[in-house]
Amino acid sequence: MSRIGKIPITVFALLIIAFPWVAQKIPSIENYTDIMIFAGIYCLMTMGLSLLMGYAGQISIGHAAFYGIGAYTSAILTVRYGFNPWPCMIVGMVISAVVAVVVGAPSLKLRGHYLAMATLAFGIIVYIIFNEEAAWTGGPDGMTGIPGLSLFGFEFDSIEKYYYLVWGFVFAVFIFTVNIIQSGIGRALRAIHVSEPAAGAMGVDISRFKILVFVYSAVLASLAGSLYAHYLNFINPSTFDLFFSIKLLIMIALGGMYNIWGAIIGACLITFLSYEWLHYFEEYEVIVYGAILLLVTIFFPKGLVGVPEIVKGWFRE
Amino acid sequence: MNFVEEENILEINRVVMAFGGLMALSNLSFQVKRGMIKAIIGPNGAGKTTLFNIITGSFPPTQGSVMFKGLPIEHLKAHKIAQRGISRTFQTVELFGNMTVLENVMLGCHTRIRSSFLSSGFQLPQFRRKEAQIEESAMKILKFIGLVEKFNDRADSLPLGEQKILEIGRALASEPELICLDEPAAGLNETETYVASSLIRAINAKGITVLLVEHDMKVIMNISDEIAVLNYGQKIAEGSPEEIQNNRRVIEAYLGSE
Repeated sequence: MSRIGKIPITVFALLIIAFPWVAQKIPSIENYTDIMIFAGIYCLMTMGLSLLMGYAGQISIGHAAFYGIGAYTSAILTVRYGFNPWPCMIVGMVISAVVAVVVGAPSLKLRGHYLAMATLAFGIIVYIIFNEEAAWTGGPDGMTGIPGLSLFGFEFDSIEKYYYLVWGFVFAVFIFTVNIIQSGIGRALRAIHVSEPAAGAMGVDISRFKILVFVYSAVLASLAGSLYAHYLNFINPSTFDLFFSIKLLIMIALGGMYNIWGAIIGACLITFLSYEWLHYFEEYEVIVYGAILLLVTIFFPKGLVGVPEIVKGWFRE
Repeated sequence: MNFVEEENILEINRVVMAFGGLMALSNLSFQVKRGMIKAIIGPNGAGKTTLFNIITGSFPPTQGSVMFKGLPIEHLKAHKIAQRGISRTFQTVELFGNMTVLENVMLGCHTRIRSSFLSSGFQLPQFRRKEAQIEESAMKILKFIGLVEKFNDRADSLPLGEQKILEIGRALASEPELICLDEPAAGLNETETYVASSLIRAINAKGITVLLVEHDMKVIMNISDEIAVLNYGQKIAEGSPEEIQNNRRVIEAYLGSE
């Protein structure tokens, strides 16, 4: 894994800043800023998940549940109890972290893909709770009237303002995650991915690192959920179903799981596909996702970020 | 040779390891004195690597105890044993191939210097200080093992001889008191073997106890202070290189009885 230099990060930051400004000028993509808010929310999740999948070699099929825990914690505490949204966001993240330890620790102490099974079951259980605990969650009808966000009197009340808020978070999390990857923790994670026996013999506590990354990814999903709830002002359980968890995996597979840029690219592409470009297929949309996943795993196992490497290989031959 | 107070750094007491019905080790006992180079030899399948895996915590023995510096370690996980001061290499090289030479050794420092998740993520000053410290001590080790020029190469791009040396370097990075080398000369040519043996001697000269499994008899006879011979999971002989060379049971085990 090569180091991520200052230049790509600066370009990334400039793209983020310029996007709404450009989108406003072109009528046919005026609504893209709105879509990019969702893309940013998904990026928060895929960054954590790509660390989990690409580095710790574990799969979670229940991240929609953490996304939901964040959203519902924010919704319930602000709507029913009238708390300020910011501390509620943190409460959601703490709850998600605790739940992640409880769900993840037993399965991450074992070798193999037990986490996938545990999170699959967990995701379904949480989804049922969102539907059935109507007194708290509003049941299938969901919850309305979730307040927007403001900071020191500054209201994030327009699409552009919320866009900058969400992508500010994305950028901060991106930097934090890159720092982790390039630290001793990242080294330990890469070591675990290559050889668990060797990593263990070098003193790396394998299960502790896997749990750590799983908790981190859960906390990010929770943050994403809160941002989603405060943006739409409305949530219902169908957003947090099993298919959404799988969609996150498709995002990462498409972008490339061994590279943090893959998480960003995959999340943005799938968001635009599902919100904008795939309307034509209507209910056959799912088939398109299936085809994407199939093609990517067969032809680009490293995802889209691996394509330049493949093309370079052609030229060498 | 004179060993410090004749203290046993490692004691294997009546260790039994059964894989289903197969007895890989039966009732094996031996000691390693602090500061020595002890070799374990024996025909293939004698249980040498199994013994290494037990000592370093890959799996616990079916019965028996392993004492390191007087404390039992047989039920500790691998990373705990590493933290206590035992380090190892593997028979089939287990380097982190996608990392650089330097990063491999830096990972070896993991037991000694670590940064928390938050301080790594926010790159706090203490994190930078620790990271610089790790890099410095890793570079020192690369100098010691003679791979300093290749610090930025990918580990899997090195020839086998250097990979084996690098693996020893990575094991040294945790500053172990006991280092277990699993066939450090396997697959090496004569020059590489010579380099590896001199390195093992140099490590021992630093006061690190060496336990090694090896098939190359020239290496064994040259560098070890004491040899234990295993056959079918049992110790059939133990002693100085000269004693072992003339031991009838050892010759039988290797060449078959007349």
